[in-house]
This record gives sequence, C-alpha cells and structure tokens, in this order.
Amino acid sequence: MPSDFLRTNPDHASVDPLIAIDHVTFGYDASRNILNDVSMRFGRGLVTAILGGSGCGKTTVLRLIGGVHPVGKGSIRFDGQAIDTRNAAQLYGLRRRLGMLFQFGALFTDLSVFENVAFPLREHTDLDDTMIRDIVLMKLNAVGLRGAAKLRISEISGGMGRRVALARAIALDPEVLLYDEPFTGLDPIAMGVTANLIRKLNDATGATSVVVSHDVQECFAICDYAYIMAAPGVVIAHGRPEQLNASEDPQVRQFLRGEPDGPVPFHYPAPPFAQDLELRGIKA
Amino acid sequence: MNVLAAIGRYVIDCFRAIGHHAFFFWQLMRTLPASLKRPYFAVVQVHALGNLSLLVILSSGLAVGFVLALQTYYALVTYGAADSVGLVVNLSLVRELGPVVTALLFAGRAGTSLTAEIGLMKAGEQLAAMELMAVDPKSRVLAPRFIGGIVAMPILALLFSAVGILGAYLVGVQLIGLDPGNFWSAMESGVDVRRDLGNGIIKSLVFGVICSFVAVYQGYEAKATPEGVARATTRTVVISSLSVLAMDFVLTALMFSTR
Amino acid sequence: MNKKGIEALVGFFVLLGIAALVFLSLKAANLSSFSGGETYALTAKFDNIGGLKVRSPVRSAGVTVGRVASITLDPKTYQGVVRLDMQKSMQFPADSSARILTSGLLGDQYVGLEAGADEKNFAPGDTIKQTQSAIVLESLISQFLFSKAADAGSTPPPAASTANGGKK
Repeated sequence: MPSDFLRTNPDHASVDPLIAIDHVTFGYDASRNILNDVSMRFGRGLVTAILGGSGCGKTTVLRLIGGVHPVGKGSIRFDGQAIDTRNAAQLYGLRRRLGMLFQFGALFTDLSVFENVAFPLREHTDLDDTMIRDIVLMKLNAVGLRGAAKLRISEISGGMGRRVALARAIALDPEVLLYDEPFTGLDPIAMGVTANLIRKLNDATGATSVVVSHDVQECFAICDYAYIMAAPGVVIAHGRPEQLNASEDPQVRQFLRGEPDGPVPFHYPAPPFAQDLELRGIKA
Repeated sequence: MNVLAAIGRYVIDCFRAIGHHAFFFWQLMRTLPASLKRPYFAVVQVHALGNLSLLVILSSGLAVGFVLALQTYYALVTYGAADSVGLVVNLSLVRELGPVVTALLFAGRAGTSLTAEIGLMKAGEQLAAMELMAVDPKSRVLAPRFIGGIVAMPILALLFSAVGILGAYLVGVQLIGLDPGNFWSAMESGVDVRRDLGNGIIKSLVFGVICSFVAVYQGYEAKATPEGVARATTRTVVISSLSVLAMDFVLTALMFSTR
Repeated sequence: MNKKGIEALVGFFVLLGIAALVFLSLKAANLSSFSGGETYALTAKFDNIGGLKVRSPVRSAGVTVGRVASITLDPKTYQGVVRLDMQKSMQFPADSSARILTSGLLGDQYVGLEAGADEKNFAPGDTIKQTQSAIVLESLISQFLFSKAADAGSTPPPAASTANGGKK
C-alpha cells in the first residue's frame, strides 16, 4: 500500500529545489495567459503533486519544465541554471536527465514493447545488444511487464501501455520524472499499481517526481508535497497533504471535497434562463 | 478598403508560408548527415515507399505502354510512319510520362501514407515524447522518410518507363504486327542516353525531392486531430501534384529547348 | 530476421532499378552504338553548318564512325569550326572530304565523310581541308530562280555559287 512508505516531512522553505519556477507568466499567444505569476519549488528526492481542475494549466507546467516553450515572464531553474529554450545544448543536457510519462503513454506504435523501452538506450548509448536486452528486461520487470516484451503496442491494454511508457521513461535512470495525469482512465487496481510504482521508483532511485493529476486521493497517498492550481493559471494553495486537508480556504475545500458548486461555479456564464427560453414576464 | 486589407493579409500569409517551408527545408537538410550515419532507417523507408509501390507503378506503366502504342499507331499509320511507334513511345515515356506519372502516383500512394503516418504520430504525442527524450524527431522520423522517397522515385520512374516500353512492344509487335527489328532499331538510333534518359532521371530526382518534402512537411505541420490529418493528406496530394506539373514545365523548357 | 528480410527486399528493388536502367540505355537508346572506345579529334571548317548539332553523328558510307563534339565560330575567318570525335579504330586518308548532309528528306543533319586516296592518314588534331557546307534552302531557291531568269534572257548564267569553304 502506498501509504506504508516513510513519508518525508520537509520544512518546505529550506528545501533545496532541483526545479524552481519563479513568478512565471506564460501564454501560447499574447491574448490569453495560461499561467499567471506561478511559483513552485520541487525538492530533490521528493514526490510533488500538482493538482487542479481541467484547464488550469497543470500540463503546461510540465511542458515548461521540459523546455518545450520559452517563458514570457519569470524563470524556470533546473539544478540552479535558468532554462534557455534557444540553447540547444543545454536543452539536450536537461532532457537527458528527465523522463516524462505522457497521459496516454505516447508509445511508438510501430515498435514492439521491448523496442519501445530500448529506444532511449539505442538513441543515447553505445551499448551492445546483450546489455540493452538486460537493461530493458530489468526495467520491464520493475513495472511487472517482463513477460510482455514481445507484444506489439496494439496488443496491450491501456493500463499496460502506461506501464510500458513508465519503463521507457526510466530506461536511462533519470533524475527527474514527470507524470502527466498518470491515473486518468484506469481501473482501481491499475490506479493502485501505478501509484505504488511511482512512489517505489522515487524512493528506490532517489529521483525527483512531479505528478500532475486531479485525483486527490491517490496523489495524497503518495506525495510529500502538493500544489493546488485553479482556472486562470494561479496557485491557490500548497503544502503537505495533511496541511491542505486542514485548510479553511473555500476554493481548496471545494476541490478537495469535490463539491459541485462553490467558488468554482457549476454554470458556465450565460444570460438568464428565461431569456434563453424566450419566456416573457416570468422570472427564472 | 477591407478588401485591400484582406488581399494584403493574404499575400503576407503566402510569403510567411513560403518562408516557413524554406526554414523547415533548411532544418531537414541539417539533419541529413546525422541520419545518413544510420542508414538502416532509410533502408526501411525505401522498402515502404518503393517496394510497396511496385504493384501500382508496374501495372500503370504496362497500361500506359499499351495505350500509348495503340494511340501512336493510329496516328502514325496514316503517314506510313508506323515503324516509329517504338521511338515515339520511348521518348514520351523516358522524357515525360515516366517521371511525371510516377511522381503523381507516388504522391497519391506513398505521399499520403507518409503524411498520415507522421500526422498520426503527432496526434498520439509520439513526436513530443521523442523531443522530450532529447531525440530530434526531424532526424529520427522525417529525414529517413525524405531520403527514402528520393531514392525510391528515380528507380520507380525507370521501372515505369521500362515496363511501358515492354508493354508497347507487346501491343505493337505481338498484337498489331509491326516489325520487331524496326521497332527496336528506331529507338536505338533516335533516343540519346544523355539527353533523354539522363534528363528523365534528373527530373525524377527533382520530383522525388518535391513529393517527399511536401508529404513530410504536411504530416509534421498537421493539426493533431482526425480532421487535421485528413486535410493534411489531401493537401499533400494536391500540392505535390501541382508542384510536379509546374516543375515539369520548367525542367522541360530548360532541358529540351532547341539550342 | 525481419531486418535482414527488409534489406534483402530493398536490395532487390535497387537491382530491379539498375536492370531497368541498363535495359533502357542499351536496348532502347543509342548507348551501344558508341559505347566506350577511344576517340581522336579532327577539325573541319564550314561556311555554313546548317542544322548540325552537337552529338550529331559522323558517317562514312552511311556507317556512324564518330560524333560532333563542339561547334564554334572562328572569329577571324567567320567560319563554323566543327570538332569531331572519331572512333580510334577508323582511320581516314589525309585528303578525305567532309560534307554536311541530311538523313532522309527532312531529317537530322550529319557530317558525311568521304575517304580520299592519300597514303597517309589523319593524325589526331588534324583539320579536314576539303569541306562542303550545308545546303541552304534560300540559296537553292534563288539559284533556281536565277537560272530560270537567265534561261529566259540571253546572258549566260554566272558561275553558280555553291558555297565552297575552306580551300586554303
């Protein structure tokens, strides 16, 4: 059970962040900002969760950490160095140290399970085939899919695919692991397996993990620290899971408890109902 | 006033599109040396684009050869020049129809499959995953397909012409009853290797570059949705075909003008 | 396995292409009639080369023995200078003559070589001294009209001027 692990309880102000996001404002185009003055710190060796509803910009944070887009205002620092997306050499070095698990796996459909996990090894190392085979089987064993090595991607289920993608992400033993919605669309058993894997991998390798999700229960079970984001791309709360659970903030409470109406309204802004139905003289 | 602004905006968009194409081409060229160090991926693509197009190309070549022989026979027999059927068919195929028709068929069969494959890889976030693994998708995915298309195209064009001439032989000599000796000797004296065959090969190389580049570009730039991929594959065929035909005119004027 | 299979198929594909190229070059084009073989150069000067083109054949008794390599204009004598690449196996006497002829009625033009009687043969780089230019249609017509007019009148026709070039 994920809650059996030794939860690290850092004093967050003094933690040494491997990744630091400082007052970042970002938008794909000038008219709309996805992130507004967001600041986050991800401590070394910790599992940090980013929670929030859809459209609040959580996945964008992961993309910015990976150096996919340049930030407008503010900076993102990886191991002390600011990420400059125009510096190809720096991006290459950064990306060699991180592994990302995409929401639906993003596996290479023309390759087999084995070849998918072997891909980073073949691209970035000069190891011979026997060594690659050993490493791939070890990684697949870590996620419990060593027996599925020969299967093609079209032959495996969604949950299995996520695990293969996880094996691929850890193939080069990265220092940072980014998880984009790892629990979405999984049955309870698969969810438990995935959560367990995330925590165990983090502890076993000493990596730093960032989990983006809206599944509060699973995340709180495995993370050391969490950030909660809301719609216009702002952080509304952050802290350890027990601190967040005890929060009095109405937005935080609505999110954590899953209340249908509250600071985040149920209705999308619309004119009065009677007006839409073209009723006259009746108040909605 | 609004119409003028709209036209201006359209023209500027055209310039931007051309610039984007040129920049993309330049980036693709830069990845070629690295991808040539691992030729296996390009070899796989030559198989996918060349070998698997053989059926279409050979059967079309045969059919075109049949029809050309028939039509030129009907036209030439009234002037007593039926012995030139082989020569006319050969020149038509080697200089024009071989490169051009092969390019059009290639755009339809191989170009669309390239665009759809790359577009779907983009939709499934495979290209983004590659980028975040510090692997340049242009080098790993696009360049081998580009090289494969350029290698496959001249071979396909030559096969088209060769099979077409054989088809013309079957119709002309076996079916109609022309003299086989005259059939081949008229060709041997009238077709120049450097001018006709050589220029035909140069044409098919140029067309190979055009079709492969358009297919790869449209796939990479497609919107990552089903409609986006569908529209991209249509654009591949249309743009490839029009570019090939326009380029054919330019090349023919350059190569075959009487000096 | 699969990798070897694909490589074999691609190799087969490339071989097929080469076979098509060989077939087209040899059987269906003029490569075999002038493939390889050493050549030596001869020069001929004409007043008018007519429609002669580079790579036009050089024929003797109808058999192709060489090709036109280049056509330039001599800036001093304003004559067309034609350089010929002759097959090394065919040697011609040093007093052979060259004419520009048309194959068939309206066909391509070629250089016709008529062997002379000299004991010595051309050395590489020699100039063919006796040449006859291409027949220009306009001169032919004017010659015809002129002779017709002369017949009608009583004055004897002047010496017909078929352009004889290169007599040095």
